[in-house]
Amino acid sequence: MTTPPSPSNENDPRQSAWSPPVSRMKVTDVPAGAMNLNVDGRQPVSPLQGFGQMWQKTFQVRLTGVEMTPAEVMQVWKENFPKFQPPENRFYPTMSGLKPGEVVLIDAKVPALPGTPSVLPVSTGVLVLYADDTTITVMTPEGHPESGWNTFSTYEEDGVVIAQCQSLCRPNDPLYEFFNRFMGSSGQQDKIWIHVLTSLAAHFDVQGQVTTSKVLIDPKVQWGQAKNIWQNAAIRTVVYALGTPVRWLRK
Amino acid sequence: MAETKVKMTTRMINGQTGVIHIVGEINAFAENVLMDAYTQATSQGAHNIVLDFSDLDYMNSSGIGLLVTLLIRVNRQKQRLVACGLTDHYQQIFELTRLNEAITIFPTEADALSALN
Repeated sequence: MTTPPSPSNENDPRQSAWSPPVSRMKVTDVPAGAMNLNVDGRQPVSPLQGFGQMWQKTFQVRLTGVEMTPAEVMQVWKENFPKFQPPENRFYPTMSGLKPGEVVLIDAKVPALPGTPSVLPVSTGVLVLYADDTTITVMTPEGHPESGWNTFSTYEEDGVVIAQCQSLCRPNDPLYEFFNRFMGSSGQQDKIWIHVLTSLAAHFDVQGQVTTSKVLIDPKVQWGQAKNIWQNAAIRTVVYALGTPVRWLRK
Repeated sequence: MAETKVKMTTRMINGQTGVIHIVGEINAFAENVLMDAYTQATSQGAHNIVLDFSDLDYMNSSGIGLLVTLLIRVNRQKQRLVACGLTDHYQQIFELTRLNEAITIFPTEADALSALN
């Protein structure tokens, strides 16, 4: 039998890598250019609260020849995080940067149909759930296309630094699940992480070959979470965009 | 190469409940150790799994991800997963990541076993 945990590890400095308690996301500092929709007041959600199938996707690139430690590579990654995103996926960290508890706003554009240009706006964001020397994990809010976590990490294997993006997520509602399964959204998301890792490798003058691994963790959908569609960030962003002329005339 | 910094021992209670005692750190490299401990418990007939965190040194976000994948495996087998021995800090992390909505937390192993039986 065990006794209640001793407080011996309560002061471990690594614990500050975790976000402070957050029940609802709060946007206090809106970077210039960011739309700031669908984030403020939303609850962060884990893979357990989403609707669709739960996938774990892992993308890796070997930074062969880069004479840096994993922590040094991560520092570069953090400092250039928005720059490594594809043009249609704009990240807006606050002035504080990618620190635990900070909110990063995202303005993305997605294609309406597979193979068509990315024109539909989606304004959303993520909470920095965890950040240490070699790892950043962000957690999505209600209404985000995915419910869960994306982890960006670096580590060393056989003397080579590996950079990795790993998502553990479900599509947040039935519409996102439909687009994921039948309209190519899943592949679109994959392209984003491949772009990020390719850009990171290119920053170090490495022609990186990104490897991908996908594991279906839970094939079931959670019908009890179908109601999440009311907070769908894509729908709300399009409605907001359509209302822009009306808001402009009222000014 | 980062290495595993965790040890897990499995103990059966009443043939129904497997207690997995975790000593050390849970990170991405703990996956095999955790899944082996779970397999050992279920192979002995455990229907309830108790994760005893009282000797946990540290857990990062990849470790929380491992708990989610373990939870899904447990649910698919129609088993039950509970936790005990979490410090206040990790109870907060369970709340922040909303794992507490799916994994019941007890202060001690005795409390967990009492509730399961």
